[in-house]
Amino acid sequence: MASEHVPLVVKHIDYTGAERLTMNMGPQHPSAHGVFRAILTLEGETVVGVDAVIGYLHRCHEKLAETLAYVQYPSIASKTDYVAAMSSELAYVMAAERLAKIDVPKRAQYLRVLVGELQRVASHCLWLGTWCMDMGGALGGGATIFLYCIRERELVLDLFESLTGARLLYGFHQVGGVRYDMPDNWASECRSTVDLIEKRVLEYEEMLEGNAFFMMRTKGVGVISRELALDVGISGPLLRASGVDCDLRRLAPYSSYEDFEFRVPVETAGDCFARYKVRMVEFRESIRIVRQILDGLPEGPISSRPGVKAVAQVRVPKGEMYARVEGPRGEVGCYLVGDGGPRPYRMKWRGASFSNLAVLPHIIPGHSVADVVAIMGSVDPVFGEVDR
Amino acid sequence: MDAAQARARLAENPDAVISGEGAAIVVTVPASQWTMLAEFAKDSLGCTFFSFLSAVDWKEEGLEVVVWADNIDAPFSLLMKTRLGAGVTTCASLSRIFRGAAWMEREAFDMFGIVFEGHPDLRRILLDDDWVGHPLLKSYAVDTPYPPYR
Repeated sequence: MASEHVPLVVKHIDYTGAERLTMNMGPQHPSAHGVFRAILTLEGETVVGVDAVIGYLHRCHEKLAETLAYVQYPSIASKTDYVAAMSSELAYVMAAERLAKIDVPKRAQYLRVLVGELQRVASHCLWLGTWCMDMGGALGGGATIFLYCIRERELVLDLFESLTGARLLYGFHQVGGVRYDMPDNWASECRSTVDLIEKRVLEYEEMLEGNAFFMMRTKGVGVISRELALDVGISGPLLRASGVDCDLRRLAPYSSYEDFEFRVPVETAGDCFARYKVRMVEFRESIRIVRQILDGLPEGPISSRPGVKAVAQVRVPKGEMYARVEGPRGEVGCYLVGDGGPRPYRMKWRGASFSNLAVLPHIIPGHSVADVVAIMGSVDPVFGEVDR
Repeated sequence: MDAAQARARLAENPDAVISGEGAAIVVTVPASQWTMLAEFAKDSLGCTFFSFLSAVDWKEEGLEVVVWADNIDAPFSLLMKTRLGAGVTTCASLSRIFRGAAWMEREAFDMFGIVFEGHPDLRRILLDDDWVGHPLLKSYAVDTPYPPYR
């Protein structure tokens, strides 16, 4: 994206008299977790301005959704946030269901919560591993914790594979319910997997919080104030790490979340370490919800509608609806405008990572280049969702 | 401030059209009151959480800009809408009120060609600067190759 524009300096830093240097970071930087380019303006080692360049993964999902029927799009929706495909699919089907006033059977609602929480565990595993790898040598060779986390994520993906046949993009949700029920023995495998992960999470915490380098690189780094957090519209663990007690599972319960007991962690420091703390608690709370579902999964049908036979079989009346779910990265929302046909008139995708990333130009100035890497990783952006 | 009180406060404005059920309030105002409404929502109604800004192309009826903001303490949500009118592609920017609107307005400019007046840095965000056209307009055909891809 060649541009004659001068990089936007959002936060004013007093000029120290040092020579200014423009440095390009990305779009293929290992810490970018995808394709992201930051044009940094430096004074010595200190960043004084950031111009974030996004759009490398843009596929215009919103235009695509206008051409696809309500029964077709959910499997594409999973390609927005491909690290947490389960929650992206859910946002879309929920918007269509609410607009068309389609009921979802209790068993399907519980299964949606079950996969949503397992997805959160898998997604947080990937975040922890990659973030700590970004911070590299400080953490015992860097790749150690990455490989540990990927090992655990694989176990969750194995569960998804036996449930849906796919490991990354599932097509599990459909308008009116879910597509697959649990196979035999799946519940006991799921139980032993979450038991194992719960033990391992404790190991990671000991590994990291006993590491002086990790603490130094995360404490007090990348502080987001409560006011800035709300104003920019960041959500999920970032928002809760900035002292805002906001979790959509509590604020606007969907898919029977009101039936489960869980704690919403809130930290007030707003730095990288607070974001880490929030996510570490979320690991455990998600596992707690998974156990509650396995204990009390109601019997019954998994969908209120017949299987997909024709693309035009779901029709949604005229109107608009915004449905949102608490994904691993925050508020994943779908604003749907229906015109009575089998396809939406307009679909707006509100990706959590897009807003979360928009906070970077506000918080990075004043930090060193090395901190940019730590802050980027703590935001946990997934570029499929940023660029859509 | 709860949803019912917010509804009542919004209804004090004779130009506002209010709909929506329960904790999801929908309010439509003329484009001339757009920034005033956003300021009122943030400062008086406590809708401090900025969720998203986008637009809908209603073909010959023109473009509509929509914003979703939440009062997370009450809680209730507010969907603010304004019709720009047929053929109009300018709208007042909310980036001075909600900092999150800065990127969202860049996206709406990129996708719909809406020029947000008062935006500090209005340029394309997802597409390249040399892209021709605005893809989410209904007049932009899906299957026609556009420059720079021919």
